[in-house]
Amino acid sequence: MKIGLFIPCYVNQLYPNAAIATLELLQKLGADVSYPSKQTCCGQPMANSGYEHLTQSCNDLFVENFSGFDYIVAPSASCVLHVKDHLHSHANEAAATEIRGKIYELVEFLTDVLKIEKLDAHFPHKVGIHQSCHGLRGLHLAQMSELVAPDFSKPRHLLNMVSGLELTELDRVDECCGFGGLFCIAEEAVSVKMGKDRITDHTKHGAEYITSPDLSCLMHMEGILQRNKSKVKIIHIAEILNSSSIKA
Amino acid sequence: MKSTLDHAALAEEFNKDEERVDWHDGALWWIRQKRDRSAHQTPQWEELREAASAIKSNVISNLHDYLIQFEENLKKNGVKVYWASDAEEHNQIVYSILKAKEIKQMVKSKSMLTEECHLNEFLEERGIEVINSDLGEYIQQIDNEPPSHIVLPCIHKRKEEIGELFHEHLGTEKGLSDPTLLTRVARKHLRNVFLTRRAALTGVNFAVAETGEYVVCTNEGNADMGAHLSEVQIASMGLEKIIPERKHLGVFLRLLARSAIGQPITIYSSHYKKPRPGQEMHLILVDKGRSNLLARPDFRESLKCIKCGGCMNTCPVYRKSGGLSYHNTISGPIGAILAPNLDMKKHADLPFASTLCGSCSNVCPVKIPIHDQLYKWRQEIVKQGYSASRKTFSMKAMALTLSSPEIYKTAGKTGRWLLNNAPFAINNKFNPWYKQRDMPDSSQQSFGEWYAKNGSKK
Repeated sequence: MKIGLFIPCYVNQLYPNAAIATLELLQKLGADVSYPSKQTCCGQPMANSGYEHLTQSCNDLFVENFSGFDYIVAPSASCVLHVKDHLHSHANEAAATEIRGKIYELVEFLTDVLKIEKLDAHFPHKVGIHQSCHGLRGLHLAQMSELVAPDFSKPRHLLNMVSGLELTELDRVDECCGFGGLFCIAEEAVSVKMGKDRITDHTKHGAEYITSPDLSCLMHMEGILQRNKSKVKIIHIAEILNSSSIKA
Repeated sequence: MKSTLDHAALAEEFNKDEERVDWHDGALWWIRQKRDRSAHQTPQWEELREAASAIKSNVISNLHDYLIQFEENLKKNGVKVYWASDAEEHNQIVYSILKAKEIKQMVKSKSMLTEECHLNEFLEERGIEVINSDLGEYIQQIDNEPPSHIVLPCIHKRKEEIGELFHEHLGTEKGLSDPTLLTRVARKHLRNVFLTRRAALTGVNFAVAETGEYVVCTNEGNADMGAHLSEVQIASMGLEKIIPERKHLGVFLRLLARSAIGQPITIYSSHYKKPRPGQEMHLILVDKGRSNLLARPDFRESLKCIKCGGCMNTCPVYRKSGGLSYHNTISGPIGAILAPNLDMKKHADLPFASTLCGSCSNVCPVKIPIHDQLYKWRQEIVKQGYSASRKTFSMKAMALTLSSPEIYKTAGKTGRWLLNNAPFAINNKFNPWYKQRDMPDSSQQSFGEWYAKNGSKK
């Protein structure tokens, strides 16, 4: 099984440890992973701002980098959703179509493709799950609170395999954190207020860590936590699932 | 709204009083929770949504035929029918009906369409007084402010503020803020309005093509009180309010109030069909951009909307910015996809007042893919040139950087270097991120750099 590792631009630049954990975790589980070094970004920042028409060369580059793999895996639900919904190529639409069907966010890859049932991971902390909206309502990583449908959660399923970890509750289980891409700049006041309120929901239930399959939400909340000198930390879910090796 | 500020600026203003934001957010979240509970208690809720969406798909695909059928049946029932292409035509029609009967005062029950048409102002300029009889609308009217929510027009006002307004306009005791007492005062005042007005105008929730009847849903019974006591009854409806058959009400009435406020059904679901002896009934079918919307394949599904307001209650941006910051009669997510169809330039900011979280689409009883439409409006607005040139410039720079692996590597390195060595270049008041958030740690090498060194060893 040949896996192409897609590390989104901001994860590559600012959260290398989450990327390393993703790579190590997949390798631990026996996957043959490689990282195409000429990759950059999925194009979402432009597209969500209304400039999807400027993303063509970004898309072509993506297709060039990720053709030929059995699967493409990324530790970022939002970027994966963008590729699934919007990756097209004038030059090679067949390859783009194939990629749209083969790209997985890390959590869903572990639960749906590798179908793992146990993990050798240890993380003795109280952890709150932040359901990123794109992971939740776009990729259906968990049941959405608005719908009348049976409950499930892929991130929770995986975190329950981690020894020592205690999941904390939330009053609003899947409310948006207010990151929203360029929304966090253009609508700074509302964005920060939404982030603050999400954090309060986690802290009042005793979370020491807030985790998510999306670092963009976490980056936004981390900015607020650090500004307010909070002891609560953010951590990408890959780092928890790979935690025993980090400890060692 | 008289304001020229955009949503972000008005929302920032709203957020200056955090305690108020918390209160507003909490009030609407409580309604969202009521909606969830009542949805969960309804067997086959998701199937109901699917059915409603399918019926509305049928309606918007066959709108022409249904409208003609509806018109024929209205006429058979003795109702006078008018067609208005825009607000001006609509307002003129209402005025001419009233003028013919020399009516100088009219009572109106809640109608978002007439708010959109600015009917009250139009009639007042011509010497006709209009009183909104829905309590929330009435409060907004005496405060000379547009509604902030389509179902809960004054949800942004606290009871103390309403008490203050009543003190000023209705002569209640200063400091009185008990909702029951205030309602009693309004009721007494409105009762007199109902008894003395010869004309009543209502909106329409559902117009049944098969029978020519229309249904108005209220909790206060104000539409009924107005209509039953009037000698001239006028209904204004957007073209999209049609449903094919009466039996379809069994789907829509079960969804409407549950989605709106978590109530099984509105207290009054009144069917109007024929004038009483001696009474006149008029119905105005208003286009006002609807046919334009029908001609936009990417956006026509928004015509399915039954105006429940559920998307507003669930939207965290709406809850934390307030309806008035949308500077449009219909606010929130649904307003943000309807408004650009009417005036793209004026409402170019609204589709960006969202994180695209998708909660709106999930609560929508007719399954409008609201967040997908927000995304598509963004593309449309940029294409039509309604985006700031500064933004276009930075987007082009970003596209260039991200389409070249070499420029991207250099830019990433430069950015991290700047954060580490010259944080003042980034951590300043010109950076909206930094205003209330710290910048991420950038002291490490990138994953790409790490992989180049360590990747092959793995």
